[in-house]
Amino acid sequence: MRSKPFLTVAHRLAILAYIVVALFPLFWLLKVSVTPNDLLYSEGVRMWPSRATFEHYTFVIAHSAFPTFFKNSLIVAGSTAVAVTILASLAGYALSRFRFRAKYWIVALMLVTQMFPLVMLVAPIFKMLSPLGLTNSLTGLVIVYTAFNVPFATFLMQSFFDGIPRDLEEAAMIDGATQFVAFRQIILPLTLPGIAATLGFVFTAAWSELLFALMLISGNDAATFPVGLLTFVSKFSVDFGQMMAAGILALIPACLFFLLIQRYLVQGLTAGAVKG
Amino acid sequence: MTLAAHPHAVRPLRKRIADASEPYLYSAPALILIIAVMLVPLVLGISYAFRDIQLLNPFSGGFIGLDHFRALGEDQAFFRALRNTLWWTGASVFLQFIFGLILALLLDKPFAGRGLAQALVFLPWAVPSFLAGLNWAWLFNPVIGPLPHWMHALGILDAPNNILSDPQLAMWGPIAANVWWGIPFFAITLLAALQAIPRDLYEAASIDGAGPVQRFLSITLPFLAPTIAITILLRTVWISNFADLIVVMTNGGPADRTQIVASYIFTQAFKRLDFGYASAIALVLLVLLLAYSMLIVLLRQTLLNKG
Repeated sequence: MRSKPFLTVAHRLAILAYIVVALFPLFWLLKVSVTPNDLLYSEGVRMWPSRATFEHYTFVIAHSAFPTFFKNSLIVAGSTAVAVTILASLAGYALSRFRFRAKYWIVALMLVTQMFPLVMLVAPIFKMLSPLGLTNSLTGLVIVYTAFNVPFATFLMQSFFDGIPRDLEEAAMIDGATQFVAFRQIILPLTLPGIAATLGFVFTAAWSELLFALMLISGNDAATFPVGLLTFVSKFSVDFGQMMAAGILALIPACLFFLLIQRYLVQGLTAGAVKG
Repeated sequence: MTLAAHPHAVRPLRKRIADASEPYLYSAPALILIIAVMLVPLVLGISYAFRDIQLLNPFSGGFIGLDHFRALGEDQAFFRALRNTLWWTGASVFLQFIFGLILALLLDKPFAGRGLAQALVFLPWAVPSFLAGLNWAWLFNPVIGPLPHWMHALGILDAPNNILSDPQLAMWGPIAANVWWGIPFFAITLLAALQAIPRDLYEAASIDGAGPVQRFLSITLPFLAPTIAITILLRTVWISNFADLIVVMTNGGPADRTQIVASYIFTQAFKRLDFGYASAIALVLLVLLLAYSMLIVLLRQTLLNKG
């Protein structure tokens, strides 16, 4: 496409502005996390401290409860991601490959769960889980997060299954395999990218969840990262360096996942949009 | 796997039953979980709205009819939260959409390093919401954040104070965080829709002498319109329920100036442990959201019928 040099420059500058705005808050997090305490106030608005240090990181890792929070969050987010992906693969396969009477109702039910405010469920879920001993427990959180994430993940997996031709399992079934064997041995391996995307989405969602974790978890032992960080913030609100070091640590898993999937984001959505 | 055990010679009826039940077997685990953890609590929550449920009061639990709703009718904090919700949702969605659309249009042009630029501008989307909230709360903090000083230097603020503790301005804090965090979502969705527009259309229009503005208005916008409509509808509902940033940044304060309905429900349940009243507010919110969605659907139908 021909374009005028003035427009090209304006275009690049606009992109640059977006990049700066997107990255600046994260950069500031990093900057404060490596600023030594004695320079924090004297060099408040400087772009980079005259002396950088990792002392906040070593403190957070060695002398605080953050490793426990990190471990709890990994357990919760990891288990949720695996559980959701298994359930959503099965349900997504049913929606993609079978015509059955209740299909319409199942889809409707899953859509409804996406529309109503989850904050409505905070009180009833607490009341339900408490007699079962599932408040203040990681298992309780995994169960709740799994249920919350299954509907969206089911639709996601369904769209991946829809992209795989039916002939493949039909051929296998003619050779005598049952549909479940065909699903497990032929279709699932082909949807590995879809499975990876689902795992990643659910992991990030469970890693970030705040309100239900605040409500259901009260002690430090079962606190996830968001709960731990907020408690830390309200208790030690002067240790900015340590808080931001902890914040940077919380960012790592989410960013790793994002870098893995970001190139497929627009592509995947385009494919979905074309299909309708 | 149990199905594999049936030999081919079994009675066809059994086979038929097995075949008919197969999709249900696949979807049962997900369905059971959704019903147990989402549908049952939803129904319970609706019943709580008509009961006196306070966690720390063992004598509570009785049905009290519409008492909660009467109390709600006189609850100034609730009406303030309702107005704040409109303000919070409207401003957030509008700004996210405008900046997201501009970003999508910018990224739709091929240029060297587009992949990298795209990865960087979409990064906020991956930041956990609680961290986005804390991050912006710190940026607005004059002790360690630069924003108050910059806004003071630009003449926007009289003094480098924290806008989060200023009742007049506090709502802009969570809105700024929300816009920063939500632009990528709009941009990703709109960019996907942009890339699905056939390129020949633009070439044909250029040959016919259409300028860039005309091409945008008569090709791009009509093609994007359905995506824009559905994204805005979904995001409006989602953002009006999105309490994380507010709970993290201001906790509804100062003086309830940033309390939205969703964070008010959470405060009632989490701090006051008044589950009955929290459920009553939640029920009102649900009805309002349903009404909004129905209104949009009806509006769309009438517009489609006209066109």
